[in-house]
Amino acid sequence: MKVHEYQAKDILRKYGVVTLQSKVCFTLDDVVSAADELGYPCVVKAQVHAGGRGKGGGVKLAKNRDEAATHGRNILGMMLKTPQTGPEGQKVNCVLVEQGCQIDRELYLGMVIDREKNGVCVMASTEGGMDIEEVAAHTPEKILKEWADPVTGLMPFQARKLAYDLHVSDDVAKKIVKCLLGLYNAFVATDSSLLEINPLVITKGGDVVALDAKLNFDDNALFRQAKLVEMRDPAQEDPREVVAQHHGLSYIALDGNIGCMVNGAGLAMATMDIIKYCGGEPANFLDVGGSATQERVTEALKIILQDQAVKAVMINVFGGIAKCDVIAQGVVEAVKELGLHVPLIVRLEGTNVTAGKEILKKSGLAIIPADDLLDAAKKAVAAAK
Amino acid sequence: MSIWVNKSTKVIVQGITGSAGAFHAQQMLEYGTKIVAGVTPGKGGQKFEGKTPIFNSVHEAVKETGANASVIYVPAPFAADAILEGVDAGLDLVVCITEGIPVLDMVKVRRAMQGKRTRLIGPNCPGIITPDECKIGIMPASIHKRGNVGVISRSGTLTYEAVFQLTNLGMGQSTCVGIGGDPINGTDFIDVLKAFNDDPETQAVVMIGEIGGTAEEDAAAYVKANMKKPVVGFIAGSTAPEGRRMGHAGAIISGGKGTADEKIRAFEAAGIAIAPTPAEIGITMKSVYKG
Repeated sequence: MKVHEYQAKDILRKYGVVTLQSKVCFTLDDVVSAADELGYPCVVKAQVHAGGRGKGGGVKLAKNRDEAATHGRNILGMMLKTPQTGPEGQKVNCVLVEQGCQIDRELYLGMVIDREKNGVCVMASTEGGMDIEEVAAHTPEKILKEWADPVTGLMPFQARKLAYDLHVSDDVAKKIVKCLLGLYNAFVATDSSLLEINPLVITKGGDVVALDAKLNFDDNALFRQAKLVEMRDPAQEDPREVVAQHHGLSYIALDGNIGCMVNGAGLAMATMDIIKYCGGEPANFLDVGGSATQERVTEALKIILQDQAVKAVMINVFGGIAKCDVIAQGVVEAVKELGLHVPLIVRLEGTNVTAGKEILKKSGLAIIPADDLLDAAKKAVAAAK
Repeated sequence: MSIWVNKSTKVIVQGITGSAGAFHAQQMLEYGTKIVAGVTPGKGGQKFEGKTPIFNSVHEAVKETGANASVIYVPAPFAADAILEGVDAGLDLVVCITEGIPVLDMVKVRRAMQGKRTRLIGPNCPGIITPDECKIGIMPASIHKRGNVGVISRSGTLTYEAVFQLTNLGMGQSTCVGIGGDPINGTDFIDVLKAFNDDPETQAVVMIGEIGGTAEEDAAAYVKANMKKPVVGFIAGSTAPEGRRMGHAGAIISGGKGTADEKIRAFEAAGIAIAPTPAEIGITMKSVYKG
């Protein structure tokens, strides 16, 4: 789960991380009054769940009230396109109006869970304000790393090591240490999966300030993070994905025209792959789960069939815990409810496969049966053309 | 031979009174797995299906039955605790089926398991099966056949697909291990490859990976340097977009890392025979192993 910059900053301030004065605004009037209150120059920043906002024109400096109003008018409601949003862009429903500051240096701090080292990897770099993935690709030595032991957490000596290696003054180093320890505590307390402060700035006055903040949370831990769940902004997510999630389905919208419904994440990915291999393009990733119920199958098929881009649907189920007859019944129910306006290719295998095939046959629906995975993919690709 | 589980493995089911635990305990019993006990705190003294004793703790179950393995079906919020209970009781093997355990819980579990004797398989996995001897997990029993191909996979149903193809082509399996789809897990590809390398019954190996992390690249390096048996590989997720979690918590390409292409290249460089599609895992094995 992702949150906006303003929400991430609200969280991090509680852990002693210093940010500039700012105000989140949903209307133009709010923007102007917030700017007046915070003083000029100030910055108007689009709040969307994507990076690269500056490049897309979503972050603007306002030197006076007129500029604040102009930026507020332009940014609020815009479809912001950044390298991370996709071609249609992301709707901006609110902006953060933030004080300006005199920047001396821009640094980078980040934290991720490192699978291989089994712990939180804490990163720091002198290359703040840059695309950190570019830095990692071309000058990996400029990203300093420490790994926190889950027993002790990030130790002060580790934070000091990072801070001194950034070549800052003693006074600034102390502030960076405090910032790093606060960030680590926030990371663990919120079950984060990714944290980035890019840039962390050293102001001309010697303050260490998180100018931007990005926090992603571990979806698996949301059951114990009720306060974070309240911060969710469904407007930033694909509406189909929101519906899918509500039904316990794992769905990701893609650009192709062959809708897929599969049980199990690995098989779902493999099904997309084989569609591509056969010359088609998958319209989505959809895992109905290992223990797919009839209701979930029905909801899953509804989501797929409501996608206007879909020209054919391929169902691939290998029954283990999920039973083919239950899946088949769910398919029949969904089709009865919604009608079938595109070819539907079904491949069933595994538990109760005979009963499942029988249900589909008896339904009288125009379902195209497939013998195996490759056969199903070929038929789906042909049907979508 | 086979690896890690066989007909003498004595298994505890942790969470035996829950719906998933009860259903699969029954399935495992029918398969012939030696389920010697169940554990559900607060239900000690009861019996599962009138026969299998239920205990309040894993320690008690081990003491009373001599169990050496357990399988976990408890809900995600309690799963880390259940794993470490099995570890603390000194079990040889803990298989965690549970999906959705917070990653930071697993980080702590892995750290706490350092230096302990227990092997953890999973979490978020279908389990482990040595056909005709012992099934610990949720895989459909009927598709398996005893034989000489070892199977390792991060995925559940994709493993069934592979096993089904092998069986249909007359190639049975020595042991099939699902290592799970989470970013932090107990057993990795290399652990299983080593065991298969040393197992005389295993003559060839199917390894199924997916996007995210670098476990496949590490496994490829191991295969290149050490593997004495033919390996067939498949990587799921060639068409997965960057930055999206593809169902499994661990299946995500981030910062351009963990792509299927990188992994396939690493497999090829290690001499692993790549199945071009998930429908051709069996045929590809047939082409490198005549068993």
